[in-house]
Amino acid sequence: MNPNDLRFTKSHEWIAADGTVGISDHAQHEITDVVFVELPKTGKEVKAEGATCVVESVKAAFDIYAPVSGTVEAVNNEVTGNPAIVNQSPYEKGWLFKIKMTSDAERHKLMSHDQYKEFVKTAKH
Amino acid sequence: MFVPHTEEQKKEMLRTIGVKNFDDLLEGLPKELLRPAMDLPKSLSEMELVRHMDELARRDHLAQSYLGAGAYEHFVPTSVWALALRGEFSTAYTPYQPEASQGTLQSIFEFQTMVCELLGMDAANASMYDGASAAAEACLMALKHTGRTQILVPETVQPQYRRVIETYLAHAGAKIVSIPCPQGILEASALKKALGADTAAVLVQNPNFFGCLETEVHDVSRLVHEAGGLLIASSYPVALGLVAAPGEYGADIAVAEGQPLGLPLGYGGPYVGLFACKKELIRKMPGRVVGQTVDLEGRRAFVLTLQAREQHIRREKATSNICTNQALCALASTIHMSLLGKEGLRRLADLNFQKAHYLQGELKKRGFTPLFDKPFFNEFAVKCPVSPATIQEKLSRERVLPGLPLGEYYPAHKDALLLCVTEIKTRGDMDSFIGMLENVCR
Repeated sequence: MNPNDLRFTKSHEWIAADGTVGISDHAQHEITDVVFVELPKTGKEVKAEGATCVVESVKAAFDIYAPVSGTVEAVNNEVTGNPAIVNQSPYEKGWLFKIKMTSDAERHKLMSHDQYKEFVKTAKH
Repeated sequence: MFVPHTEEQKKEMLRTIGVKNFDDLLEGLPKELLRPAMDLPKSLSEMELVRHMDELARRDHLAQSYLGAGAYEHFVPTSVWALALRGEFSTAYTPYQPEASQGTLQSIFEFQTMVCELLGMDAANASMYDGASAAAEACLMALKHTGRTQILVPETVQPQYRRVIETYLAHAGAKIVSIPCPQGILEASALKKALGADTAAVLVQNPNFFGCLETEVHDVSRLVHEAGGLLIASSYPVALGLVAAPGEYGADIAVAEGQPLGLPLGYGGPYVGLFACKKELIRKMPGRVVGQTVDLEGRRAFVLTLQAREQHIRREKATSNICTNQALCALASTIHMSLLGKEGLRRLADLNFQKAHYLQGELKKRGFTPLFDKPFFNEFAVKCPVSPATIQEKLSRERVLPGLPLGEYYPAHKDALLLCVTEIKTRGDMDSFIGMLENVCR
């Protein structure tokens, strides 16, 4: 996926128009080697900014927050067997889960890729 | 080595933070909590103290004890503590740094390996405080893993374990539900009635508090799994020489009191809790875990692993606030297990089984009828022809503890006594005990 087509949160998740969620290239770089991903169950109801899954790196374990509200409709089981793809391919193979969005409005309020890059530069996480 | 601060250093610290004296730091505390008067006798010299302690120790002398109920009097080979108390191991705090502590870490790794084999599970931690806290941590783990709220605890679980669980879970938003066990075991039919969509786990103790083997545990396991909950099993390590390990009947989390493996009774502690689980649950497991790896030169080495679960990394999301283990006690258990070996554990269990069955049979002939008609390991409950309190009182004159009167914990069983027989009892011991009981009942 082209990051320019994605929306980003302040907690460094991205979401695509179809509801696919992952972590940003900046985030994977910061947390270093991902060693484990605990995915949510499909059918789980999530709220925007609610902790939805856990990504564990050699440094620490991080909660991944749902960028929008909705229901988890799919998870990427590939990352369970090979967590390194979150580092290698954060916007393609390393996606985490897909949300069936309650409405598209929440997604539009999130940052564009350019805004996110600016945010990373100024906020220094 | 502990090096206390010098007066000069203390003054410097106080100066730096801008406080006149140490008491100023305690200003916020209520007056009555500040240095309360302690009613202590005058201090003794070392010689006087040794004499005093010897006198106290002499008063403790027991001829025989048939108490079990969670802590068990087993023979501890001299080599266990001769090795465990070597200077390299006896420190006030467990050193976990891999660069300085390969010996300690390897001993913990071997402990974990033996615990897994003993309990028939995939992964074990470096140990917990004791069996009861291990059971409570297992309940917390089940609540977190399932996202459910109810823990089912049959009446056959050690009552003090139940109280520890209630304390641990008091603020966990959980509901602890007791299941009646009129037959002395958890019956599958009773469990079926209690199970629901909010059941996070069922805790079984096998052999249970009454000494009975939980003969329906396979059905119990199937039922709880069908309902989407976990099975937590608490066991008695010595019994596992004869009875099925928790892993064999599908336990998701297995815990045990490790005291019977190399630790003296010591008035209740320090003991050691064994804790193991299935592979899928390993990241939800509390406590420390030692893993095996290789160093830069490819040599076998040991390090703490899976630390992202722990509170010093994940703070409020940690699996538990346990960031340590009972290293010295776990070491003693490890040494004891390695001395026994598989065959030794089996023979030890067999001795316990045979001796307990001898005593139970003899008591039955003398009017002490079994409270429950179930298979048992080395502990059993009997209904007494005279009140347990009377037996206790009369036998105390002979310095004999006849077992645990059950009335305090189970009012319905106020005429019952819970007795345990381990390998340390000889036939002569038991025959003299039977003679004393005959005298009391006469």
